[in-house]
Amino acid sequence: MSSEPTRPRIAVFKFASCDGCQLSLLDLEDDLLAIAGAVEIAYFPEASRRMLKGPYDIALVEGSITTHHDANLIQKVRRSARTLISIGACATSGGIQALRNFADSGEYVRMVYAKPDFISTLRMSTPIGEHVPVDFELRGCPIQKNHLVELITATLAGRKPAIPTSSVCLECKRRSNVCLMVAAGTPCLGPVTQAGCGALCPAYGRGCYGCFGPMESANAPSLAERFTILGAQPPEIERAFRTYNAWAWQFRKVSEEVRTS
Amino acid sequence: MIPTDTAVAKAGVNTIEVPVLARVEGEGALFIKTKGGKLLDLKLKIPEPPRLFEGFLTGRHFMEAPDITARICGICPIAYQMSAVHAMERALGVEIHPQVRALRRLFYCGEWIESHALHVYMLHAPDFLGCQDAIELAGTHKDIVLQALRLKKLGNEIVRVLGGREIHPVSACVGGFYKTPRPEDLAPLAEELKWALDASLATVRLVATFPFPDFEADYEFVSLSHPDEYPLCEGRVVSNRGLDIDPAEFEEHSIEQHVRHSNALHSVLKARGSYHVGPLARFNLNFNKLPEIARQAALEAGLELPVRNPFKSIVVRAVELVFACHEALRVIGEYEPPPKPRVPCEPRASTGMAATEAPRGLLYHRYSIDEGGLITSARIVPPTAQNMKRIEEDLCAYVPDLVDLPNEEIAWKAEQAVRNYDPCISCATHFLKLSIDRG
Repeated sequence: MSSEPTRPRIAVFKFASCDGCQLSLLDLEDDLLAIAGAVEIAYFPEASRRMLKGPYDIALVEGSITTHHDANLIQKVRRSARTLISIGACATSGGIQALRNFADSGEYVRMVYAKPDFISTLRMSTPIGEHVPVDFELRGCPIQKNHLVELITATLAGRKPAIPTSSVCLECKRRSNVCLMVAAGTPCLGPVTQAGCGALCPAYGRGCYGCFGPMESANAPSLAERFTILGAQPPEIERAFRTYNAWAWQFRKVSEEVRTS
Repeated sequence: MIPTDTAVAKAGVNTIEVPVLARVEGEGALFIKTKGGKLLDLKLKIPEPPRLFEGFLTGRHFMEAPDITARICGICPIAYQMSAVHAMERALGVEIHPQVRALRRLFYCGEWIESHALHVYMLHAPDFLGCQDAIELAGTHKDIVLQALRLKKLGNEIVRVLGGREIHPVSACVGGFYKTPRPEDLAPLAEELKWALDASLATVRLVATFPFPDFEADYEFVSLSHPDEYPLCEGRVVSNRGLDIDPAEFEEHSIEQHVRHSNALHSVLKARGSYHVGPLARFNLNFNKLPEIARQAALEAGLELPVRNPFKSIVVRAVELVFACHEALRVIGEYEPPPKPRVPCEPRASTGMAATEAPRGLLYHRYSIDEGGLITSARIVPPTAQNMKRIEEDLCAYVPDLVDLPNEEIAWKAEQAVRNYDPCISCATHFLKLSIDRG
């Protein structure tokens, strides 16, 4: 055993989330055993009782930070990992649970639980990158599992990962979808949303709902204007930008502007 | 997880702590205290942070509910989508096309196959075979793990064909689907399902040979029950102790208790206390609705009704794999595309409740919406919250038989008893309301 070369050690950590992004690893049915042979899965509680201490070569971090406990824990995770990759909308933008960040105090008081002293939670749900330096953010609600393989492979090879950064529109064109917004007047977040899903929703006849979050050069205010021309009311536009990546700044900003305009 | 041994010598108190429960979905922890061979205290702690879905569903449009609630659980998003669409359709008085109904059963079968294959082989079987995980299992039983992965992949493929992707698929909507498949899209699934049916039968035979602890409990089993079919999306909520209600009456009978050590609520039946949902409950209450091939497999595996040994849930899950493959084949064989993928749904001020059978058991949703179609209140009761009290009671009954074992073994066996329920802790905590810590 001692003559075996040391395999890179990978750990998977979970914060506030649905488990779906880490499940993507187990959903790599064809490659799972090969991956498990190429790397050492040192910490992945959802899959194994064997939990090895750090340091790790790669920490995959799912979920957002919503408690004091987790705010402390993410610091320890960062110290234990050479490369930290946040995976999914919760980890990269705060997730759907970041909708709480917009609620005013009056709304909060009404939400207080019968025995509030039993529960400890922060007012905000925040992405991993607001707490520690993150080496790569993999978008999506959920992430695309092939992106995860590419990202792990690229990280271990020391090269730049080939993850798309264009908009969903580009994927729609490649898929030869008819543009829903042009042809049917259906509001669609495709023009401002980062590619990665393969233009799934337009292929199923519905507007993109932005689960991969804003693309880097998103012009969200212009799209909001377009939605208005299509007849959408401000609350509808606000809801459109406030879903799984509501706290990503481009979406947050435009949703706040729509509300006050 | 290796338990931390903190035996306090002078008091003679032995504390076993499993700070991170493995091979469950979400964050759980186990604390056991024994003294002089007796169980002093036991808690299944749920530190998983609450995500407050009930709060932010308020004010959202009714058509958004299936997509938003799917995000409660990445393992069973279809269960959330199905409970949400049925609750909304009941609120709006919408009737769906029979072929849409059949497609939803197929969609759900895909999730059952994926989820059950994951749990049976990758989360639960390693306990019986003395392994830490499926990867280690692959070292000694590679063909079994490959079979598991192929089954799991097929379940995911059914979901992907109908919904676009495995996790948080995009096609299900109130009134039907955004897009329905062509028969030729489903044909390749049928080929693989024929293999999967055989593989599921082999799974039943395999897991029936596992060594089961001699443990039984006197459960109240609760599940849906439908006059003609093994329950997925519709039926009355029934139990072996006389419960027989429409899902709309669910909240009159099941209430939730808030306990300090858990961020998941504990459900109880008002009249009688804890109850048990999931494969065991479905199987015991609906055995005669299973197809012949599944009933036969169950009997050959030595299952006797009612199954009260929770460790045998792994066999029952395997029997449900047989059912799901058989049912998926039936739906595909009889499929004709509906005239329209969905019926239009006009909002009106109303309330609707529905329950469907998630892989882990009964999943209840209630929504009230206003005349503009915005949600004014929402309530979600996931299966794991309903099982939570029952899991603790199982542990309290089971652990006293183990106290003479080394701590590591007690911990492992107790963990296994928790995994009998395939608990989804992510689900169970996500409907809690919020308290603010402004520190």
